[in-house]
Amino acid sequence: MNDWLTTILILLPLAAALVVWLLPWSSQTAGSLALLAALAEVGVWINALTRFDFGAPGIQFDQQRTWFDDLGVSYYVGLLGFSLWLVGMAVVVMAAAIAYAFWTGRERPRAYFGLMLFLTGAVVGVFSAQDLLLFYVFFEAMLIPLYVLVGVWGGAGRLTATIKFIIYTMAGSLLMLAAIVALGLQAGTFDLTALESENDWIFLGFVAAFAVKAPLFPLHGWLPDAYRESSPEVAAVLSGVVSKAAGFGFLYIAIFRFPEPANDLQPLLLALAAASLVYGSIVAFRAPDVRGVIAYSSLAQMGLITIGLFALNDLGRTGAVLQMVNHGLISAALFLLAGTIERRTATGDFDRLGGMARGRPALATLLLTIGVIALAVPGSTAFAGEFLILAGVFDQGWGWAVVGAVAIVLAAMYMLRLISAVLHQQVGSSVPAEALDLRPAELAIVVPLVGSLLALSVWPAAVTDHLTFL
Amino acid sequence: MTKPTVDWFALAPSLALLAAASLALLGAVFVPAVARKAFAAVVAAAGFVAAGVWAGLLYSETPNASSEISDAITRDRFGAFAQIIIVGAGLIAVGISYGHRTRAEHVGEYYALLAAAGAGMVFLVQANNLMTLFLGLEWFSICLYILCAIEIDLVSSLEAGLKYLVIGSFGSAVLLFGSALVYGATGELEFGAIAQEIEDQGLVNDGLVLAGLAMILAGLGFKASAAPFHMWTPDVYEGAPTPVTAFMSAATKAVALVLMLRVLVTAFPSEEELWTIAVAVIACVSLAVGNVAALVQRNLKRMLAYSSVSHAGFMLIAVAANNELGGRALLYYLIPYGAASLGAFGVIAARERELGERVTLDNVAGMGWERPLLGVAMWVFMLAFAGLPLTGGFVGKFYVFAAAYDAGKWWLVLAGVIATAISLYYYLAVIRALYMRMPEIRLAPAGGSPPRETVLQTSVFTCMTITIGSFFVVEPLIDLAEKAAAQLPF
Repeated sequence: MNDWLTTILILLPLAAALVVWLLPWSSQTAGSLALLAALAEVGVWINALTRFDFGAPGIQFDQQRTWFDDLGVSYYVGLLGFSLWLVGMAVVVMAAAIAYAFWTGRERPRAYFGLMLFLTGAVVGVFSAQDLLLFYVFFEAMLIPLYVLVGVWGGAGRLTATIKFIIYTMAGSLLMLAAIVALGLQAGTFDLTALESENDWIFLGFVAAFAVKAPLFPLHGWLPDAYRESSPEVAAVLSGVVSKAAGFGFLYIAIFRFPEPANDLQPLLLALAAASLVYGSIVAFRAPDVRGVIAYSSLAQMGLITIGLFALNDLGRTGAVLQMVNHGLISAALFLLAGTIERRTATGDFDRLGGMARGRPALATLLLTIGVIALAVPGSTAFAGEFLILAGVFDQGWGWAVVGAVAIVLAAMYMLRLISAVLHQQVGSSVPAEALDLRPAELAIVVPLVGSLLALSVWPAAVTDHLTFL
Repeated sequence: MTKPTVDWFALAPSLALLAAASLALLGAVFVPAVARKAFAAVVAAAGFVAAGVWAGLLYSETPNASSEISDAITRDRFGAFAQIIIVGAGLIAVGISYGHRTRAEHVGEYYALLAAAGAGMVFLVQANNLMTLFLGLEWFSICLYILCAIEIDLVSSLEAGLKYLVIGSFGSAVLLFGSALVYGATGELEFGAIAQEIEDQGLVNDGLVLAGLAMILAGLGFKASAAPFHMWTPDVYEGAPTPVTAFMSAATKAVALVLMLRVLVTAFPSEEELWTIAVAVIACVSLAVGNVAALVQRNLKRMLAYSSVSHAGFMLIAVAANNELGGRALLYYLIPYGAASLGAFGVIAARERELGERVTLDNVAGMGWERPLLGVAMWVFMLAFAGLPLTGGFVGKFYVFAAAYDAGKWWLVLAGVIATAISLYYYLAVIRALYMRMPEIRLAPAGGSPPRETVLQTSVFTCMTITIGSFFVVEPLIDLAEKAAAQLPF
């Protein structure tokens, strides 16, 4: 049973995607089935969590089958302690996103939910692939549903947004493909666990792909459009889950497989990450709308996570993994809340929002809670994550830690601005008096996310003490 | 002079198709008009199936390559593998053709010519000397000239046929001239003997041999529609009846590239430093020209024509690698590429029959939702062309890049990667049109929608299955390709 667990985690959503998409369900049934499958996926993950032996090093629940032998490529999947947590975050966020879509209702539901489930399978695949080519396959497979999810169900500017998104990410990914070919053929195998290289160029090929996907400044050109034009739950998945594929890649491939190049080029990557952090924070502070703030804060957070990863020590990467889980949940919850606000006011512009707290206690409480966690108030799980990252990078030079600390101040500024612009101040012109508080269904979607964050705040060691990297 | 022994078995695939062609022609005379189309199509299909079975047997019964019939043809697995691809393409082309409104008095000839073209191709991939090379090339080309122009009521079809005839003949003439030069220099016709003579007489830098080699390369480049020999491609692909285009895009390219690899490797191994560079340059030019020109096309057939130029570029990378991995890559690449190409033109054919006009990016708007099977299939084909995972196109590109890297030509990998990035723009434009744009007006053809075309849909579905399936079952396919490529003298 154990060796099939990872495969089940990958195949369950893929199989469900086919069932939902191919059979002529009604829209209600398609949505319910998709939600059921997503919840079942969470169940399987919890099962995996209870079975996982955090005391033992190495890959667990692993399974290997030959794919094509002459070049040494195989279907090889398995989980490590840290990837298990990323998978958990991913399946929880995907379930929330699917639930949100089900509740709001989407046109052509079979195709929509089929694609969301397909995306779930691909994301889990990325986090569990132990073969380089398989990793690439899942990494690219994420793009196919995303392209359609943004392009068909997005907002008015969706076509431009998708083109930018695809061209940017594929340009990076194809450089990675070239790097994969070079790395795999040099080594004679694509088995990730057996690869190691000292080649700077190959390293940079991988970095290019991940830096676009994260994104890092200055490769973030696709980000504002994609996050604004997609539907809220897809934006939640993009910023919460998909960007973590980049973080995973940085850690598991760029850093672990290229110890020397990662060390040599550490200043470059730290500089890029720091630039993303500062730039993202500043632009988030100036952004005119809810999604703009979340989008650029996501850029900033990915910068911070990358700083933690390229601290190249256990402290930094422990913090980075915790922060990846945190940020996944935070930004998903924020985007979903942004969606609920947009449903009520038909806008996300701060000019036309405001005063929503009065008479809407649930919305106000949830937004405030998430916002406060996001700005890393001491005691929150985000604080724990950022603290570890800063402590880790402090070892590499106090200057980086100072940049990180400044960014935390900036985070407070943009999050508080968001909270105040939506909840407080004058009642905005687009806020109808009859706009309701969060409905029970919306609460049922967002509260579990916030609950997970609060639980992690109480016990961040649940993640940090249960990580295995190699 | 002794009479050579004839290995009928090695010729069986060609003969089966020739028989089918003759039978279809006879049917045009003896079968009543009502049943003529069904008869001709079934006979042609049966011919392709029979040829496929023979080619399969030939593959399994040929553990060692040998030259047969006075060294005129080679009997080897490399040829047999290519034959299977060609007859597969032919069979699917019959399926796509079936619903095509061919003039009743031409329908027998149409399928006869299709089978005869297939026979020529199947013969050509076995060619082992310059004579059979030229013979096979002209054999299938002449059939295709007529097939392109078979819709004599349509100016565009006639134009396509004429253009193809003129430029194709020019290409053949170049090839013939090149062959003559090589023969003049070496006094040999057979590929192996040419290589031996070049070696023995120290003709590596001989002007005649080099000019001949260049001209043979150019001649085959015309057939493979590799840039800069691709000028005819967009016009002919656009003007020819769509099923014919489908067949040409898959089969002609396969034949030309497979043969190019065979000629270069068996006849000119001592010139390899030269021709690997030449082929690599042609590959890069094809990638650049094909992709950039495809970016601005609105007409889908023209777009796919340029896309086929760029795919010739990808496959030429495999040829330029000049190693066994390259041979394997080329043979594998042809499977998903052929399937996607046939399928994509099949979808275009379906849309064309529905609308009664040329298919452009504008009039496929929203088609993906109206015609779920065709839409999803087209989506898969575009992803395969773009080399995205879950389609065999990805594995094909991966092998091509691996071969180039293995040959130490990492810059070809980079060129391929850049070309792929550019190509995404227009392949995704098709998906965008199918799913993300809505038609401005509901297009309702007079007389209602045409009847559901089961044969066409089955063909497209088969292509889709092969395109996706070749991603998942790489091992057996590569194994077959490996054994085939191993019989070339790299």
